Amino acid sequence: MRYLPHTQEDIEEMLAVTGNKSLDDLFNCIPDKLKAKQPMDIPDSLSEWELNAHMEELASLNIACKDYKCFIGGGSYDHYIPAIIPYLISRSEFMTAYTPYQPEVSQGTLQGIYEFQTMITQLLGMDIATASHYDCGTALAEAALIAIGKSRKSNKIAVSSLIHPNHRQIIRTYISPRGYEMVEIPATKEGLTDTSVLEKLDDIAGVLVQSPNFFGNIEDLKSFKTIAVNKKTLFITSFTEALAYGLLKSPGSYGADIVAGEGQSLGISKSFGGPGLGLLASTKKLMRNLPGRLVGKTKDRNGEDGFVLTLATREQHIRREKASSNICSNNGLNAMTAAIFLATIGKTGIREIAQQNHDKAVYLKKALIKIGFKEIYNSPFFNEFVLKVPKGFKDKRDALISKSCIFAGMDLEPFYPDMKDHYLFCATETATKKDMDQLVKEVA
Amino acid sequence: MMTQDSNADPSSTDKPILSTPGLSKSGFRKPGTKGLKFNEPLIWNKSRKGRCAISIPRLDVQRSELDKDLIGEPPDLPELSELDVVRHFVRLSQWNFGIDSGMYPLGSCTMKYNPKTNEVQAARQGFSGAHPFSGDKFSQGALKLIYTLEQYLANITGFHAVTLQPAAGAHGELAGMLMIHKYHEKKGKQRSKIIIPDTAHGTNPASASLCGYESIKVNSGPKGILEPKAIAEIMDEDTAGIMITNPNTLGLFESNIQKIADIVHQKGGLVYGDGANMNAIMGVVKPGQIGIDVLHLNLHKTFSTPHGGGGPGAGPVAVVKALEPFLPIPRVIKKLDNYEFISDCPDTIGRLQTFYGHFGILVRAYSYILSMGQKGLEDVSKLAVLNANYIKEKLKGHLNLPYDQPCMHECVFNDKLQRPYNITTMDMAKRLLDYGFHPPTVYFPLVVDGAFMVEPTETESKETLDEFIDAVKAIIEEVKTNPDILHKAPVLTKVTRLDEVAAARKPCLRG
Repeated sequence: MRYLPHTQEDIEEMLAVTGNKSLDDLFNCIPDKLKAKQPMDIPDSLSEWELNAHMEELASLNIACKDYKCFIGGGSYDHYIPAIIPYLISRSEFMTAYTPYQPEVSQGTLQGIYEFQTMITQLLGMDIATASHYDCGTALAEAALIAIGKSRKSNKIAVSSLIHPNHRQIIRTYISPRGYEMVEIPATKEGLTDTSVLEKLDDIAGVLVQSPNFFGNIEDLKSFKTIAVNKKTLFITSFTEALAYGLLKSPGSYGADIVAGEGQSLGISKSFGGPGLGLLASTKKLMRNLPGRLVGKTKDRNGEDGFVLTLATREQHIRREKASSNICSNNGLNAMTAAIFLATIGKTGIREIAQQNHDKAVYLKKALIKIGFKEIYNSPFFNEFVLKVPKGFKDKRDALISKSCIFAGMDLEPFYPDMKDHYLFCATETATKKDMDQLVKEVA
Repeated sequence: MMTQDSNADPSSTDKPILSTPGLSKSGFRKPGTKGLKFNEPLIWNKSRKGRCAISIPRLDVQRSELDKDLIGEPPDLPELSELDVVRHFVRLSQWNFGIDSGMYPLGSCTMKYNPKTNEVQAARQGFSGAHPFSGDKFSQGALKLIYTLEQYLANITGFHAVTLQPAAGAHGELAGMLMIHKYHEKKGKQRSKIIIPDTAHGTNPASASLCGYESIKVNSGPKGILEPKAIAEIMDEDTAGIMITNPNTLGLFESNIQKIADIVHQKGGLVYGDGANMNAIMGVVKPGQIGIDVLHLNLHKTFSTPHGGGGPGAGPVAVVKALEPFLPIPRVIKKLDNYEFISDCPDTIGRLQTFYGHFGILVRAYSYILSMGQKGLEDVSKLAVLNANYIKEKLKGHLNLPYDQPCMHECVFNDKLQRPYNITTMDMAKRLLDYGFHPPTVYFPLVVDGAFMVEPTETESKETLDEFIDAVKAIIEEVKTNPDILHKAPVLTKVTRLDEVAAARKPCLRG
């Protein structure tokens, strides 16, 4: 097998050194009764060419194998990925390297992640960003644990019901074992989190709100900050569409204490939902509470600039049971991808492309309303919006997928049972006028 | 700006570092050599107003202005040309050492070769372009892959069911702890403690803490493995279970595991297996058959997915039948020839990831398993263990070997023989860089003072192992003949030893 270099000669020579008669002898230190009773039942090995055929067939069972038009978001977004991104990220020095525990031979990864951390703080208007987490949901759960950990009085957090439903589920998973609680804040008729309900809550360790929220609406983060300050509680925001902050006022500018986000929009393919990129940023004050890896700048013995993993005393390999979290790895290669993407899109590119996302979504929304789809929310939105669909839409939608490879919005009822016939539509810079017009024509 | 190596120590008796490229004094081939590298400024220092490296799409609809109150200043990202970006990151990559560069014997990390065909498979449009909310009907390829990979991993490890959701080993540990916690909750009596061996990876006690469990440490015996007596002494009905790594972090097989599992089970506890070292025992031992109730695997270790400079990986969890109801949702089920997600699992610990796990990583692991096949995976473990024992036999006596007995896929030395010369494991590790090898894991496990943990993996050839062995021996010679170069090392790398104390004291985490 081409990954196993040992020849018969090699094996014989090496067994002579180890003092074993055969390879099986190497396992004599394992008591017989602990050895497997039957061999593994795995198919015989496939050649590279058989593997290609098998995987091509498997991939063809996903409709994504065709060029489909994606008008759904919900936390996973269709964006253009420039050719230089896969080119650069596939450099084996990035891909096959491990965590930079030997910094002298890992300066590529370390400087790259330092640049990532910096650009994320610029995007979000925050002081510190970590070297990344698994996804927004888990980063947000970690933020919730920071808030509860810091609070002397409260084991309870207030969580907007317009945070991505799956993220709220993850938070629940993380807070349940130690009996922490979460209170969900309902939505208003405008499709925004009801701050009046939040005002009435006492004894909360943190306030969590997503903006743009799951419906695509832009929340009034200023009000949330005021409430959080009045209640002396942490103000935590999240987002699923990182490009929104190429256009919108940053969460940092509203005084967010912690921001959790999804970075998949930054040059990472959808890949059936993973791996994505969890972003976590905070104010300087909370630096030592942040979980996960941090890259810091320093100097070597010759006075040359260099980078290292730092503040490891927060982490599991030092503090073990007293660590702020159990996190070991980050999503390193995806963080590097995001760094390359942010450098590529740059200050002017991100503004223009974020603006185009907005332009396209406005166009699509207007066009669908014109043919009888009902506007539900009047609030400002970013690249996603909710509409009530006319009768018969569901069948048309299913036919559209099979016939024309178009995904026209996403049914919200499974997530919000009251919202029958409500669909969440998404249009990014990849949605051409031609495609949007075709969609409108087909569902009219 | 170009830099070249000017740091070679002229007083080195091992002149060949500069003069005879690739050949050491004793005539063996030494991979590490000098080479021209390039400096690269921080990326924002290359920024020039007006440059843009991305192709702006043509706008074919009307511009639409958002409420001015909501719009912020554009983030202050750099402005670069496409070549600026490419050159920047190519140069950065050249400062890195990856598996493709040279041997990377990090103990407990299983730095085996990352097959390139796996990248081809993950990049197939049907996989990489799939939207997670496409619907089961239009995602049968993905669902079938997830289901089948679960079956393979369950079979390899000897368990009843598997979840592929956890995003990393530590995430899998959390999943395991949450399931144990829920199990006891369902039994009507929650417990407060978890037993954790002194050789455990730091994520073990950290994961236990996340569930509110107190970690009770138990020391390994004189042979480097756990003794049933020590467990029996502390196991009680307030202990939720034990976390065991097998083979353990000393590279030794925990041969008392069944007895230990019995002790724990007898008092109603569960056994969590840290499967990071699965590379040693595929086809030899099935953890699910030796008393372990829940086990996590690291796909980026045993199953060849790339480490990516720190991630993304994946940490699937395998469970016995009794724990199946607690698995995270969603799960994949098969109905005739059709695959579906289900979330209606009343006893689930809940959701762990926004979607279905690190799907792109799962594709790579699946491809690896199919490429190796049954015999291939059996050979992997045999050859991994052969390689580690070979190194152990060749280096023992030169480096101190605290546990002189057959090892599994990794072996642990320490610097006891070099300390009298004021040379530490750290010095020797740094000098290995100059010789063209990534150092082994150092200072872990904590039970060995000055640990030097070598895991060659099965993908390294005998010649490479011999080069590594010769390099270590040459360095040990330098301990006596040229200790100064060991204190200075590394000298051929882009930067020399970095001031980690200053980095922590005055953190500078952004530019």
